[in-house]
Amino acid sequence: MSILVSAIGQGLIWAVLGLGLFLTFRILNFADMSVEGTFPLGAATAVALIHNGVNPYLAMLAAAGAGALAGLVTGLLYTKGKIPILLAGILTMTAIFSINLRILNGANLSLLNQKTVLNSHFMQQLPPFFNTVFVGMIVLAVIIGGLIYLLQTNFGQAFIATGNNPTMAQSFGINSDSMTIFGLMLSNALIAFGGALIAQNNGYADVNMGIGIIVIALASIIIGEVAFGDLSLNFRLIAIAVGSIFYRFVLLLVLQLGFNPNDLNLLSAIVLALALLTPKLQHIFKIKNVLKGSVTRHE
Amino acid sequence: MNKPLITLTDVSTTVQNSTGTSINILKKLNLTINEGDFITVLGSNGAGKSTLFNVIAGGIKATTGTIKLNNRDITHESELKRTKYISRVFQDPKLGTAPRMTVAENLLLALNRRHSFSLMPRHLNKHLAEFTQITKQMGNGLDQRLQTSVGSLSGGQRQALSFLMATIQKPELLLLDEHTAALDPKTSAQLMHLTNEKVTSNAQTALMITHNLEDALTYGNRLIVLHDGQITLDVTGTAKEQLTKDDLLNYFASY
Repeated sequence: MSILVSAIGQGLIWAVLGLGLFLTFRILNFADMSVEGTFPLGAATAVALIHNGVNPYLAMLAAAGAGALAGLVTGLLYTKGKIPILLAGILTMTAIFSINLRILNGANLSLLNQKTVLNSHFMQQLPPFFNTVFVGMIVLAVIIGGLIYLLQTNFGQAFIATGNNPTMAQSFGINSDSMTIFGLMLSNALIAFGGALIAQNNGYADVNMGIGIIVIALASIIIGEVAFGDLSLNFRLIAIAVGSIFYRFVLLLVLQLGFNPNDLNLLSAIVLALALLTPKLQHIFKIKNVLKGSVTRHE
Repeated sequence: MNKPLITLTDVSTTVQNSTGTSINILKKLNLTINEGDFITVLGSNGAGKSTLFNVIAGGIKATTGTIKLNNRDITHESELKRTKYISRVFQDPKLGTAPRMTVAENLLLALNRRHSFSLMPRHLNKHLAEFTQITKQMGNGLDQRLQTSVGSLSGGQRQALSFLMATIQKPELLLLDEHTAALDPKTSAQLMHLTNEKVTSNAQTALMITHNLEDALTYGNRLIVLHDGQITLDVTGTAKEQLTKDDLLNYFASY
């Protein structure tokens, strides 16, 4: 039982990354590699600050701010510097690695015996692992609610249009460069915030914790899409949270099958590749037709 | 005569081609567009028609010369700023609309072009009646599909929507860049008819590039021909009405 609760809790807090990446990957229509740097940046910032006695809530806000700054750098390199987005993201990610080493003053830093948002007095009253479920639910409700509001404003619509068709957006007076930079800043702020949360849950920050993050974040987006199909924008955000939990179950299952935790990145990549291949596989094996076949043939 | 809206004086543009040599596309071009003019623009490929549009819209900066709008010098104003008063419809129906947003959402964006894109809720439903009414005028079923995403529309519907979006907030100048060329003959004629209705009834100042000589003769009150970066023919009013397709063919043959 507690292992399932743990997976749900993990799924909820990791969903923050999926939501952050959704803004760039699905709305602006590109893969932003800087998240592999901003995730450990958020973790490092929060852990270092908490380690130095800063209030953990403030530390998480600072982490989000650091993420936004990194997003700004990628955004400027991409829009003003005309560097292809993939390379711009890799440049930021590489630079952040060194910055993280400085923030942590080493390769990792532990939060042993420090107050975090997950181990307050109230959290310790909860049954095991329910603290992540509780915090995850609140954080997701705030982020999803905020994003739903934002995307339904005139500004949000202009932001969506920019990713959909920059030429069109520009010709209606939308500054697509500013919108792209805004998207990268918000996305990376959310991902750094997620990093801060996950580091507190793990009890440490490590400079290498960003490796493969983009795959994990993408997995929650893609699994949600494969599982629920065509949804309105609002429900797509909720589907990401569900997809993230589902992804944790898949990992749990795989580990139960006796795989080594060191295989996790390989497994994550395989799970994502399979999810991405689903539409193609459905086409090849005509899964949908087979499922529908009995109905349509008698119609 | 109406008062001048846009004046291009001695406008030249120099661009670098892929081998690094610079070439002049527009060569000391002079053009005055009066308020309410509906000008059809003819010219062979490479004559500078699209460059003329880009210079007016701000996508390409004039190397020399000045562009004035209502006597205000806009030569150095950015393309983004000019979008507040210049609308453009491209040849490719895909360029003017956002495919994953619905018809109504696209129209709302176009409606908001003059305002800033604020953090206030968009109030889409408030505008639905208005959108139904204006899309109905198009007579192509667009009004039944306000809540469908634009990507699933036909090319003709999509281009009709692009046109609606470009004119929903009456711009000072409308640039039509072969906007019916990618459509089948029937749809193309339909959109051309609608364009003419809207432009003439609103006294909309417009420039329309076309390769269709009949359209160029039928529509508008003025016709210009571009050749080698300059305007070589400019006829208005009765002179334009008397112009025939043969005249134009002879004119082009003389190059």
